[in-house]
Amino acid sequence: MGGVRVLVGTRKGAFVLTSDERRGDWQVDGPHFAGWEVYHVAGSPVDPDRIWAAPSGGWFGQVIQRSQDGGRTWDPVGNDFSYASPAGEHQWYDGTLRPWEFTRVWHLEPSGTDADLLYAGIQDAAMFRSTDGGDSWAELRGLREHGSGPQWQPGAGGMCLHTILLDPRDNDRMTVAISAAGVFRTDDGGTSWRPINQGLLSDGIPSPAAQVGHCVHNLAMHPDRPDTLYMQKHWDVMRSDDGGEHWHEISGNLPSDFGFPIAVHAHEPETVYVVPITSDAHHFPPDGKLRVYRSRTGGDQWEPLTDGLPQENCYVDILRDAMAVDGLDQCGVYVGTTGGQVYGSADSGHSWAPIVRDLPPVLSVEVQTL
Amino acid sequence: MTAGAAPDVGRIRVVLPAHLRQLARCGREVTVEAEPTQRGVIDALEDRYPGLRGTLREPGTDRRRAFVRFYACEDDLSHEPPDAELPEAVRQGKEPFLIIGAMAGG
Repeated sequence: MGGVRVLVGTRKGAFVLTSDERRGDWQVDGPHFAGWEVYHVAGSPVDPDRIWAAPSGGWFGQVIQRSQDGGRTWDPVGNDFSYASPAGEHQWYDGTLRPWEFTRVWHLEPSGTDADLLYAGIQDAAMFRSTDGGDSWAELRGLREHGSGPQWQPGAGGMCLHTILLDPRDNDRMTVAISAAGVFRTDDGGTSWRPINQGLLSDGIPSPAAQVGHCVHNLAMHPDRPDTLYMQKHWDVMRSDDGGEHWHEISGNLPSDFGFPIAVHAHEPETVYVVPITSDAHHFPPDGKLRVYRSRTGGDQWEPLTDGLPQENCYVDILRDAMAVDGLDQCGVYVGTTGGQVYGSADSGHSWAPIVRDLPPVLSVEVQTL
Repeated sequence: MTAGAAPDVGRIRVVLPAHLRQLARCGREVTVEAEPTQRGVIDALEDRYPGLRGTLREPGTDRRRAFVRFYACEDDLSHEPPDAELPEAVRQGKEPFLIIGAMAGG
C-alpha cells in the first residue's frame, strides 16, 4: 500500500488522517484521547505501524500511549519522567531562579534505525531516552547539567526542549533546541553536550558570542545533508553548513522573519519552507493572508505559496511542530493551524487544499509515508 | 479488623472523571477489590487500568495531583492521609468513592 498517514496533535485529542498517494481523498480518524492536549504524535520510520502519542493536561499530568496498528488502537506505556539528579535551577521570567520542574512532553523523536529506541523532549527542558519502545525512560542528564542551566529561561510557552535532530550518519550525534536556551549538540550519544549558537543575535542579548539565552523555535535538516541545519528563531531564519558550529541569517525577502516551524523538502536539500507570522506580539500571518514561503536556494530568496490558502481575514497561528513533509515522489507539505485546519499540498507547495477544517487548535503535524 | 492491622479488602465502587475514562476505556463507575483507603483504591485502579498510572498521583512522589480531588458521602476527603480508612458506606458499597478533576478555568 502506498500513501500517507498524517498524525495530528491538538488541544483536545489526536487525529489520524490517511490517504493514498494521490492525497486527494482523506479518511479522518479521531479524536483519540478526547479532551487531552496532545503536543505530539510520532511514528517509527522502522515500523510505521508503531506510533507514540503524548497526551497531557493540567489535571491528570502526562501519559504516553503507543499504537502497534497504525493508530487504530492504543495502549499505555511509561510516563515517569523524573529527573535523574537533583533538578537544579533556571531563570524565571522575572530574573529570579526557579527549580526545574517537569510539566509535559513536547516532542517525541523515534529512531530511524531501531523501532524500540526513541527520545522525548520535555518541559522544563531535558531530554529522555527509551530503549524499550517507551515502556521506561531515562534522562540524558548531561544536557540539563551542562552548567549553563541557571542562564536558561522559559519562552512564552514554557522552558521546553522541542526539537530533536538525529544524525543519520552517526547515532551518537544529536542536535536539540530549547526555548529559550538555544541549540545544543552531543557527539557521544548524549553523555556530554555543548551549545552551538555562534552567529545568533537575539533581543536582550545582542552579543553574537552569547552561548545561551536564544529563543530558537524550530530546526530542520535534510537526511542527505546532515551538516546543513535550518533554523526558525524567534526572529530571524538562520542556516548553518557546519553542523551548527556557525550560523548566518537567510531571512532575505520574507515579509516577516518571525515564525515557528521550518521544514525541508524531502528530495531537495536546498528547498526550505517557513510560515511568516507578523510578530511576537501578533501571532497571526501578515495582512491576514496565510502564506507558506518557499526558498529553492537554501534561503535568502523566498516565494509566497498562496494557491488554496486563505488570502483574507486569516488570523491563525502555525505552531512550531505543525509543519511536515512526506517522502512521496511529488513531495507533500502539510501545515496545521490554531484555527483547527490542516492544509495539505501534494505538489511541493504549489497548490493547497484543506484536509480538515474544524479540528481543535492544532499543536503538531507529522507525516508517515507508507 | 483488629487494631493496627490492614483494613479488610472489600469491593469499592469508584466513579472516574471523563478524561480518565478515556484512558481506562471504562464506564463512569467501576468496582475494584481494594483495601478501603485512598492508597488501596488507587493501587487497585492502577493494577486494573495501567493507563491510569501517574494520572492521580505524581510519579516519583506518589503525592495526589494538585487538581485531583477525592469525595465520598458528600465529604471532601482530598486532604485525608492516604492510609486513612474510607467511610463505612464506601466500605459497604453503598456509596461510591468519587475521583474528580477540580473546577478550574473559565
